[in-house]
Amino acid sequence: MTMMHYEPHVTSDGRTIGNTMMEMKNITLRFGGVVAIKDISFDIREGEIRAIIGPNGAGKSSMLNVISGFYKPQEGEVWYLGEKRGPMRPFEVARQGIARTFQNIALFEGMTVLDNIMTGRLNHMSASFLDQAIWWGKAEREEVANREKAEEIIDFLEIQAIRKTPVGRLPYGLKKRVELARALVAEPSLLLLDEPMAGMNVEEKEDMSRFILDVNDEFGTTIALIEHDMGVVMDLSDRVVVMDYGKKIGDGTPDEVRNNQEVIDAYLGVAHD
Amino acid sequence: MAEMKAVSGVPESVPALLARNVAQFGSKPAYREKEFGIWQTWTWAEAAEEIQAIAYGYLALGVEKGDHIAIVGRNRPAMYWSMVAAMKVGAVPVPMYQDAVAEEMTYALDHSGARFVVCGDQEQVDKVIEVQETVHQIEHIIYQDARGLRKYDHTKLHALSAIQDEGRAAHERFEKVLAEREASIGYDDTCVMLYTSGTTGKSKGVVLSNRNVIETARASSEFDHLRPSEEILAYLPMAWVGDFIFSIGQAYWTGFCTNCPESPDTMMTDLREIGPTYFFAPPRMFETTLTTVMIRMEDAGEFKRKMFHKYMEHAKKVGPRLLDGKPVSFGDKLKYWIGDKLVYGPLKNTLGFSRVRVGYTAGEAIGPEIFEFYRSLGINLKQLYGQTEATVFITQQPDGEVRADTVGVPSPGVEIKIGDSGEIYYRSPGTFVEYYKNPESTADTKDPEGWVATGDAGFIEEGSGHLRIIDRAKDVGKMADGRLFAPKYVENKLKFYPNILEAVVFGNGRDMCTAFINIDLAAVGNWAERNNIAYASYQELAGHQQVLDTIQQHVEEVNKSVAQDPMLSGCQVHRFLVLHKELDADDGEMTRTRKVRRRIVEEKFADLIDALYSGKSEQYTETEVTYEDGRKGKITATLEIRDAKVVEAAGQAQVAAE
Repeated sequence: MTMMHYEPHVTSDGRTIGNTMMEMKNITLRFGGVVAIKDISFDIREGEIRAIIGPNGAGKSSMLNVISGFYKPQEGEVWYLGEKRGPMRPFEVARQGIARTFQNIALFEGMTVLDNIMTGRLNHMSASFLDQAIWWGKAEREEVANREKAEEIIDFLEIQAIRKTPVGRLPYGLKKRVELARALVAEPSLLLLDEPMAGMNVEEKEDMSRFILDVNDEFGTTIALIEHDMGVVMDLSDRVVVMDYGKKIGDGTPDEVRNNQEVIDAYLGVAHD
Repeated sequence: MAEMKAVSGVPESVPALLARNVAQFGSKPAYREKEFGIWQTWTWAEAAEEIQAIAYGYLALGVEKGDHIAIVGRNRPAMYWSMVAAMKVGAVPVPMYQDAVAEEMTYALDHSGARFVVCGDQEQVDKVIEVQETVHQIEHIIYQDARGLRKYDHTKLHALSAIQDEGRAAHERFEKVLAEREASIGYDDTCVMLYTSGTTGKSKGVVLSNRNVIETARASSEFDHLRPSEEILAYLPMAWVGDFIFSIGQAYWTGFCTNCPESPDTMMTDLREIGPTYFFAPPRMFETTLTTVMIRMEDAGEFKRKMFHKYMEHAKKVGPRLLDGKPVSFGDKLKYWIGDKLVYGPLKNTLGFSRVRVGYTAGEAIGPEIFEFYRSLGINLKQLYGQTEATVFITQQPDGEVRADTVGVPSPGVEIKIGDSGEIYYRSPGTFVEYYKNPESTADTKDPEGWVATGDAGFIEEGSGHLRIIDRAKDVGKMADGRLFAPKYVENKLKFYPNILEAVVFGNGRDMCTAFINIDLAAVGNWAERNNIAYASYQELAGHQQVLDTIQQHVEEVNKSVAQDPMLSGCQVHRFLVLHKELDADDGEMTRTRKVRRRIVEEKFADLIDALYSGKSEQYTETEVTYEDGRKGKITATLEIRDAKVVEAAGQAQVAAE
């Protein structure tokens, strides 16, 4: 079994998608007697935008948690960057280079936007406690480098005007953007977005879509996202996995998925005789 | 550089000024921009190097002498450099409004025949690409911010930094060419072309020569004693002539520093951080800032609020006198000093006005209250009157002669005359060369002797020699007895009262002036609440006797002030009524930008106008209104018509007495 087999995939806009970055093989996840994910396999390739869609309760968020390593599936294998993932301790989960945003915003409301974003750099700090306490040597260099990265992301996401604003005072759409900033500042190789457009108006959705595309374009970040809004998913993603009741019912380019009868049934409902 | 100096020793182009600045102030900051949360600085020497690299890059792209290079983007140092680099290679920069939609840009790009376009970011590049579907002469697009542009076809699209790299690499090849191009720039060659906003008909490309720009920059810098240590914040559109003169003309002439905000949203923060010493803003900005201050003071604790009001009252009395250098008693000076420590200083600091030495506003009338507020804080806010065709300056207020109702004396070198119709004409070293590819309009606007019609009516005040603007020339009419009728002049005076939201004055071709008034529901409603006057609707409040009394007082005060002007004394309002509904864009009575549509109001309320002129004391009327959801309804009202006291004009009284 070669995990790093090379099979270039050219997208509609002429972008080449690289190697397989992550492969999920026959994943099954159970919570007690409830089967959340049933025997699902798919892969995520370097540089692509991969969407996971499905109706409510289809198991999308569980899947995202499996990808991030937060949940350990009872059956199946997760291969990430050519290695089979074994049991991990929480800090190892955080250090694999996967960053995420949450469906319900999980920011520190009382802290400023900048401070929130800086927390995303935690994994890039190695100065000792003592150095940090007296602000010396490595601690200072790291802080400067981290701030530089944070400012680059602030500039990229156009949130300069709220840099010093406490997150609690921001409107919803901007909070989502700050969350994205915090995930990006970690310089992840894989970015997981859990319903990035949930609860947004049309304009905010357009802004967010553009930012997601720009992130993918500018930093080459591989993105896996869960989304309800079909229109957004079809416009953004290179490939789509469709889930229903814990099972995979479709996988392919947006066009392939759109014309898949099973997918249509799952979304529109089907008459049971 | 010596051979480039004119006989008089004045550098004859912006690039020549740049060379002089490098020699004189090489290590002094020329540009600052906040990026990545930090103010980045370029000295004159560094800026000149960047500009030179762009210029070489232009040459490598094949820019010819006389080519037009369009510049579209927000105020950033690199955008200004692109303009100066264009001048260096003998091309003409054409800055364009960055918020224009693609269709609007099509006209200017087509008309200017620009072969090259420098864009700020992806948004502008997208628009230019869209324009290219219909306009085919654009050869290369250059962009500064690469975000989102990586996937674009880069055969005709270049990053500005790549152009600079190419330029630096090719500098030996083009060194001679660039030196020749730069040396060949003449004083009367085109410096820049600016498109007018085109509110009346097609927008026109105003061609300004080096002479226009440099003479104007020199005269206006000397007028206000601008120094190399000034700091300005460049935040107004680059396509606007004012920004060009402040950020390039005057900045290069005096060698001061141009600061660019981090993003349009951070302008207020950046303003506070920079603390400009020379500042321009349209009246609206000063208005909004004042409103914000007032609202915040209302929310402040009682002690702070009382202190604020007490000292602001003192500032109103003393501040403007101090600014004008008039005598003030020692006690008042001491109190003002305390006020400055407690209130004025901290307030100015919050607004970013702590260091403003010279501030200007222009564009439309500014309310005297607003004007006085800033002046009483010790901010030297002045007014100027200008237009693109004049390279901005026509008149400006000298220090110590600042008033809300005039626009100042003619700027140095500017001659002014008033036409028979009351229209203002000027002639100056800044007078534009021509409208690009439009000789008819050029001839219509500028006569062979160089006099330019402004389209505004006004007069020179006797005694002070200050110019006062009355109205747009086309709105100015004559009354039945031949006296001047200038509705906007009177309406503005009325509208400066917080209780009056809108006023429409009639009288063209009639024997007297009358007015419709709209009360300001917020202000009058607030007053009613404080005085325990109950009201159920706008209509009821508008018809209240006490409200009418107040409005009558305002009208009579305005009459008194209008009577001061012998020319305009005929415009006193003899009779008025307070309308039973607010003039509304939904009903077509106003434009979406809240300008009264005079014709429609005249037609719609013809019965009320008749009543004003027939001597009736009240009039029943029915008006159709459109509700916000689009439904139509009708409101009926019986409106009281009042007579206002008028003052016999000074001039006429004399005639009568003789």
